[in-house]
Order: sequence, then structure tokens, then C-alpha cells
Amino acid sequence: MKKLLETRNLKKYFRTPRGMLYAVDNVSFVIKEGETLGVVGESGCGKSTLGRCVVRLHDVTDGQVWYKEKEISRLSRKDFRDYRRDMQMIFQDPFSSLNPRMSVSQIIAEPLIIHKMCANSFELGRKVGELMDTVGLARRLASSYPHELDGGRRQRIGIARALSLNPRFIVCDEPVSALDVSIQAQILNLMQDLQEELRLTYMFITHNISVVKHISNNIMVMYMGTVVELAPSPDVFRYRMHPYTKALLDAAPIPDPDKKRRREPLKGEITSPIDLPAGCRFAKRCVYASGECFSSDPLLKEYRPGHFTACHNTEKINEL
Amino acid sequence: MSNRLLEVKNLVVKYRSGKTAVHAVNGISFGIRKGESLGLVGETGAGKTTTALAILRLIASPPGKIEGGEVEYDGKNLLELPESGMRHIRGNRISMIFQDPMTSLNPVMTVGDQIAATIRLHRKKSRKDAAVEARNMLELVGIPGERYNEYPHQFSGGMKQRVMIAIALSCNPSLLIADEPTTALDVTIQAQVLDLIEKLKREFDTSLLLITHDLGVVAEVCENAAIMYAGEIVEYGNLRHIYKGTLHPYTQGLFESIPNIDEDVRRLKPIEGMMADPTRLPQGCAFALRCPYKDGGCEKNAIPVFEPEPGHLVKCLKWSEIKGSDRRKRLEERRGERIA
Repeated sequence: MKKLLETRNLKKYFRTPRGMLYAVDNVSFVIKEGETLGVVGESGCGKSTLGRCVVRLHDVTDGQVWYKEKEISRLSRKDFRDYRRDMQMIFQDPFSSLNPRMSVSQIIAEPLIIHKMCANSFELGRKVGELMDTVGLARRLASSYPHELDGGRRQRIGIARALSLNPRFIVCDEPVSALDVSIQAQILNLMQDLQEELRLTYMFITHNISVVKHISNNIMVMYMGTVVELAPSPDVFRYRMHPYTKALLDAAPIPDPDKKRRREPLKGEITSPIDLPAGCRFAKRCVYASGECFSSDPLLKEYRPGHFTACHNTEKINEL
Repeated sequence: MSNRLLEVKNLVVKYRSGKTAVHAVNGISFGIRKGESLGLVGETGAGKTTTALAILRLIASPPGKIEGGEVEYDGKNLLELPESGMRHIRGNRISMIFQDPMTSLNPVMTVGDQIAATIRLHRKKSRKDAAVEARNMLELVGIPGERYNEYPHQFSGGMKQRVMIAIALSCNPSLLIADEPTTALDVTIQAQVLDLIEKLKREFDTSLLLITHDLGVVAEVCENAAIMYAGEIVEYGNLRHIYKGTLHPYTQGLFESIPNIDEDVRRLKPIEGMMADPTRLPQGCAFALRCPYKDGGCEKNAIPVFEPEPGHLVKCLKWSEIKGSDRRKRLEERRGERIA
């Protein structure tokens, strides 16, 4: 399969009154066409910032974003327009990401109008109707407003809007986190169906470990702006090579009374990545941390075929 | 049932506005023994939080009103207590942890003083003694005592939730109601907070009513679970009953909607449709619209509660069919579809 999107040493720093905040630091990954990369981590790990950099809702500080063999992170706004059509985003909160003053059909039509995709209003209406069918929204809701609808339906509007320009690549930023589980399952199924039908490529950002496993081909685990582990989805769960990945997977409650979570939860909390000293960002909370971890940055290295980890002690911990 | 600490009987709560009434809680009954932890599980709008607020008589009125039932605590019906008596119960005998630690603490009061205020109010301690106790409570929930004089905005989400727990436990209540205590937290912090709640519960022999939408959290912390749907408890039992011998189609649907870490399932099986409109609940079973097992009988009359095994209650006419269909077996079938 061809690669569709690639980042190379992507960096996004924010200047804050307290110092430089390293939100995304040296992140490199590849997504192949038709696949899903799951990006998982806790709040503040930089996963949303990364997603926004990829579709240029943020300008990057350094590094590159390649889309279909072309570097796009420094294109002018005008030149980026053609790519905008190809690269869309679905947002987390279906309550605040829709304009409350626009009806469902207006929201879905807006991108079509901006990008002049339809010759006349008749064609526009037909296209909006088709999109509503695609995402399973009843056409009678076309003139409803977002506040009249529940979370699941609102998220369907967000998906329809993202699909309206026939994109190839969609960044999904926590698309099901605000939804109840029964609705969440409906939306996940819809997204999988659309991926197959329209040959979409997803970057799926979430903090939910069982969701990310369900939907992803590859998983990237982030901690404080850096990638700590990157591997095919089953391998992340089978080998859990990085100590943070271990802790994260162990912390997720399992809905089965026979499988109690392994004890010893992670101590301490994630801090904000401002003015960082050298060394591993996870070292302070890590039970395996040794002297080296506090002095030099661990680099992402391939320890098994396709399985990358950034930890000085990978070999020791995993007995490789 | 003398060993019951709390007994809720036929509780009915409605919210009225103009001519419409939202039937939030429709005649639910359950009990909690001393030291027991019960998980109240359901999705948004199922009536979980309303139930908790009704127990403490904190329903805003208007628009809300407790229209019937009893909340028996320690032999007294809380719904008939005068407000002064109720004030003695709240925060003292029964306390509550709210979902959002960011908004439930007072932003202009130090965290230590917020804990001390509760202690002074209910336990008639002097300022000085209360401050000492408050500091101990902070240490107990894993916050260094030096941070007594800090304000909530200086704390992270997980720390704020610890402060809430310290406040809730400061008067050694016999019942703790925790309303989605970890929903706003990250998983590793959630694990810390759940461990803390469990540890303190054991130490003080406190009963726990844990409200959540997360079946994983219940499996970890509770002994018994009650599944709520549209203001009713549709299934009740111990963890084995609920997780291994599921009898209600809604409970079954919930389990099938969750992607499982240990199983590779290509497609999830969501519950079709949406929750019934709480202003216009149907005559019969509120879940019938979405239920794959329903027949004519389900939509006609109110559904009685069945007890197929001692302690396992289910509000469904079709429970015997569901038992026959065995969730395990169907999970096996679904595993057949897994990606090669």
C-alpha cells in the first residue's frame, strides 16, 4: 500500500509566559492509504495539537508534513486550499463544533459552497441529501438546528460535513468520547463502513484504549509531546514494550469481574511540558528509570520488526 | 431487611415545565447494606444522578419534584424529615462526590479551609482542631499537608477530586454517593482515585453508591450492580449475575457496544435507535422500541420484576429467551468474523 501521509520530525512549540511549551516534539510517522493510525495518550500529551498541525489548523514550528509525496506544511494559504479539500477533520465535541444558528442542511452545505463544488442550488440540495443518507441522518432533519438533536446525531452532522468535499484523509479528534456507549458503537461502525466504501485514511485521536484497539491498524502512544511507542495495533497490546504503555493499558478498567486490573497504578501525574530538562519525559514516574534516563533523551528505535519504542531500558525490561 | 442501611422504595421524580413532565425516575427500588458497594449504571438521561440527588433531597424544585416513594435511612424516611434534620444528614451521614471536581470546589477558599468547614459544621470542633483534622484528611487522600493553604486552581483534576473525596469522608459518613467520580479524569489518574476510594471504603466500612456509565469501573469497585434505563432499574444483581448471566436485553446491548480489549471483533453491535423520550414514555417496556426480543405483550402493560435466581432481578418478559440465547455463545460467533 502507498503511503499517504508522513510527518518528519514535526515540532510545535508554544511560547507561554512561563516558558516554552513543547506540545509536539520530534514526531515522525507514516500512514498508508486506507489505513488507520490510532493516536493514544492522556490529556496534555499533544495528540490534538499533532492532529491540528497535520491538517494545518496550526502552523508547525519545525519539521515537515508530507501528503502524497509533497511537503505541505509551508504552503501558502491559497496553495493549501486544494489540500484542505482532501484533508478534513472531525471534532470531539458535537455540542460546540456546530454553529447553533445554522440548520443541519446549511452546516453540511457550507463547505460545498465555499469550495464551489456544486453548480446550482438544485445540485447542492441533492448532494446534501445524499450526504445525510450516507451518514444515516433522516432527511426530515434537514431543517432542524443542532440543539434539537442528541449527541449521536450531531456527530453524524460533523461526519457528513467532513465528507462533503470527498476527502481522502480525515483526522478524527476524539469523535466518540462525548457519546454514550450504545451510540458510540453506532458511530464507530459508521466510520468503519465509510472507510471501506470511500477508501478513507484516518488518523484517529483518542484516550480510549479499547476504542483505539478496535479501530486502528497501527497505534502511536504519546507522552508529553513525544512518541513513546509506535507499532501495529495487536503488537502494542501483546508486547507493550514501553513502561508508559504498560501503565496505560493496565489502568484501563475491564468490564469483566474475573479480570481484575493488575495493581500498582502509575504514581504521580503528567506535568505540562514547559522548559524541559534533558532526559526521558516519563522518567519521573517510571519504576525502571535509571541514571541515563535523567540525562539523555531516548530515541525512537525499532526493537522488533515494525515495533518502535523510545526507552533506554527497552531491552532490559522486555528481556530482548 | 434490618441490615439495610439505605432502602429506596418506589421513588418517583419528575421535572415539570409548562404542560410537559419529564419522567426522570419512575418507581425505582433498591437497597444498600452496611459496607456494600452498589454500582448504578446507565447512559445519559437514565435518571442516575436524579436518583442520587433525590436521596439527599437536593432536587431543584421547581422544576423537579419527588412525587412518591420512600428513602429509608437508618429507620427514618428522609423524604419526611424537616429541612434541619436533613442538613444534619447531608455531608455528615451521607455525603456525595460530584462528577466535575473543577466546578464543585469553591474557587476563592483554600482547599484546607473547605475541608475544615465541613468538619466544623458537623462535628462541632474548634477552628484549630478542625484545621488539624483537615490536614490529616489531605494526607489521607495523598496530598501533602503543606498544600492546605492552596486554592483549587493550583491543583490538577485528579488532585481536586482527591480534595472532594477528603471533604466527603471528613465526617466519616456511613454512605458515600459518588456520581461519576472519575469520568473527567485520565485513565492512570482514574486508577489512582478508584484505588483510593476502595481503600478508604474498606478502612471506614463506608457503604458506596457508585454512579457511572462505565461497566469496567463497576466491575472493579462494586459487589452489586443496578442497570438503569429510562428512569427504571431494568436489571439488578451481583457482578456474576450482571456480567456473566446477563438477562436483560438492554444490559446485553451495553456489553456488546463496548469494544473489548481482549477480543478482536470486527464490528460492534450497537443498540439500535435511541432512548425513549422521557416526556412521553410508552405504556409498556420503555426499551421495547430498541429491543430485538420484543413482541406484542411488551408494549401493552407495565413490566413486572422477575427474580430468576435469588438476588438477580430483571424487568423483562423475555428473560428466559435471553438466558437461552447465551451471550457467550454469540460472542463466539462474532469472533468468527474477526479479521484474518
